[in-house]
Amino acid sequence: MGVKAVLGMFAVLSLVLAGCGKPVPRNTAVYMLIDTSGTYTQEIEKAQKIINYLLGTLATGDSLAVAKIDSGSFSEKDIVAKVTFDSKPSQANSQKRAFQTAINRFVGRVSSSAYTDITGGMIQGIEFLNETGAGSKYILVFSDLKEEIQKGQVRDFPINFNGIKVSAINVTKLRTDNVDPREYLDRLEAWKTRVESGGGTWRVVNDLNRIETLLGDRREN
Amino acid sequence: MSGANLLTLWSDQVAISVIWWMVLVIGVMYVARDKAHQAIRAFTKVIHKAARIAARTIQSTEKHLKERNRQVLLQHGRVSTERHIEREFQRVAVTVNRDLSGYPSMQRKLKEQITKIDEDYQQTAEVPPSPPNWLEAIEHVAKIPGNGDPTVAKILDDIHCTLKRANDKALSEYRDASKRRHGLLKHMLPYWRKMTHSLETVEKRINNLDERSKIIDNQMDQYAEILKQTDQSAKLLSSSSLTQFFIAGLVLVIAALGGFINFQLIALPMSEMVGAGTYVGATNWQVSDVAAMVIISVEIAMGLFLMEAIGVTRLFPVIGSMDDKLRTRIAWILFSFLFAFASIESALAYMRDIMATDREALTQALAGVQVVQAEYRWIPSIGQMVMGFVLPFALTFVAIPLESFIHSSRTVLGVVAAAFLRFLAFFCRFFGNISLNAGSFVINIYDLIVIVPLRVEQLLHSGHSGRSDRSERGDRNGHEIEIKDAKPAKVVIAAKKPKSLPGIDSTMS
Repeated sequence: MGVKAVLGMFAVLSLVLAGCGKPVPRNTAVYMLIDTSGTYTQEIEKAQKIINYLLGTLATGDSLAVAKIDSGSFSEKDIVAKVTFDSKPSQANSQKRAFQTAINRFVGRVSSSAYTDITGGMIQGIEFLNETGAGSKYILVFSDLKEEIQKGQVRDFPINFNGIKVSAINVTKLRTDNVDPREYLDRLEAWKTRVESGGGTWRVVNDLNRIETLLGDRREN
Repeated sequence: MSGANLLTLWSDQVAISVIWWMVLVIGVMYVARDKAHQAIRAFTKVIHKAARIAARTIQSTEKHLKERNRQVLLQHGRVSTERHIEREFQRVAVTVNRDLSGYPSMQRKLKEQITKIDEDYQQTAEVPPSPPNWLEAIEHVAKIPGNGDPTVAKILDDIHCTLKRANDKALSEYRDASKRRHGLLKHMLPYWRKMTHSLETVEKRINNLDERSKIIDNQMDQYAEILKQTDQSAKLLSSSSLTQFFIAGLVLVIAALGGFINFQLIALPMSEMVGAGTYVGATNWQVSDVAAMVIISVEIAMGLFLMEAIGVTRLFPVIGSMDDKLRTRIAWILFSFLFAFASIESALAYMRDIMATDREALTQALAGVQVVQAEYRWIPSIGQMVMGFVLPFALTFVAIPLESFIHSSRTVLGVVAAAFLRFLAFFCRFFGNISLNAGSFVINIYDLIVIVPLRVEQLLHSGHSGRSDRSERGDRNGHEIEIKDAKPAKVVIAAKKPKSLPGIDSTMS
């Protein structure tokens, strides 16, 4: 065996070993928060459509959780349904069907909450997403972003988003926003600042015809 | 010290400083003119020589490569022609074994037929009826003079009647004999036909062999040309090799497309078997995709071995040199493997169809649309299964164009490499010449920069030579002679060989 052959084998072996390096996570995890406070429950059907879209888009190995925003959202009890799809496509399809059924049940019996603890929901979502160890993490907030917390709850502190992409969906304008639109803009700006200062990215998607852009930059698997 | 400071080194005004700088530079350049010219010439000569050496080396390499290409081409052509000749001999052997092995029996048959025909022919020979022996006696009796004697007349009448009867009988016998002969000739007809047919068959077979022998003759001529290593044979083989390269390349592209379709058929169901979303290390390769590709690659490898085992291709000498029985056994084993793989692929294709249907149903359910079972769903299912079964066998035939491609690519790559080397050699020569001429050009530019001191030097030299010339002539003739020659400096310069003027370069001459 010549020197060239040995060198060639060495090069091939190096390439193989380089290919067998540490695996990079390519899966996606999505945590969707649904506001159930006040009159926003009327928007729940739109949220259902978005969940269905997510179920159709997410693939094997991805994770999805849907939680409600109520008076105290930093709780596992507020998670309506969560799943990590099996690596087998047929099994994943069954899981998607079960998830859809759970969401349909939730939509049928959802009730309004007195307060809106968005921060608590966000922290719960960050915990869930970090546990999944996914390559791409998303928090989708389906809310008007008007936070109303109970007396005694502490939510005014910085949150570490650690590269999580946060999207506010269907941020409706309140009656007071119509009187002074600056309130609406300030609300959005405040959340943007909070997310970006915590290391996350922020975007607003109000046009539900563009929901396909929600996970547009995720890693394909 | 920055550039701006240097610019204002001699004066605060940039223009004046620049002029001083120019004067200084030109002065230095004028002083160092000879050495600078030598350096430029030496440098360009070095480049020129190096480029020429490189060009020669490359030309030599190209020559070796061309010779090697020629040898490869002729060697391949020799092997290929040998295979053709061998194949033709095999065909001849098959023809001889199949057609001419029955020749002795045919010959016997022909002999029998000829004998039969001959016998019949002998029997059909026309035998003229022999005249009765008493005709002569009758002739004498008939000559007897009657003289009106009724007895004689009666005798003659009797004789006449007897003769007539004998004539009728002879005629009747003759007719019977003719009829019998015609019958025999009619009996001969099928034998003639049979014999004609047998002879035509023999003729056809002989003609076939004759054609084969002509083909073998042509091949042998070609083979002889190749062995002689003539340019004509090399040219023919090169042209044939290029054609083979493009045709085989085209077929391989088509095969690659077939492989891609095959991959699409089994990649999705493979994810059901080995799981989707798992990647090979840090690469972007899904394990299921790799598994599908491995299956297809193994099928192609099986196909290559199968083609080798049945003697269609000659890519692996180890298989080719095996015993015929062993090769046949290996071929059957490989075929069994291929059959198994084809069955697996067919099942996977069916599974893919089921998965696609399930996914479609889920998508419809998520979109809130009522799930509708499509009619005639079984048609694409069966189509996919058939494709899954047939494609592995179709990919088996990749071995044939692959062999042609590998053999012809050796020649084509050699030709391309030789062309590249030729271009490189030309470029080296071109670059060497350019560098040599660039040296002259740079020297001229150099002299153009120092034109002012050069002109001054020229004038000084011309004045000095004029004075010395005048004094010499005055001394010789005892008178002052007015010099009207407008070009004394040139004479002096030529005599003393001073620094050359711009536009007059010694290297150019």
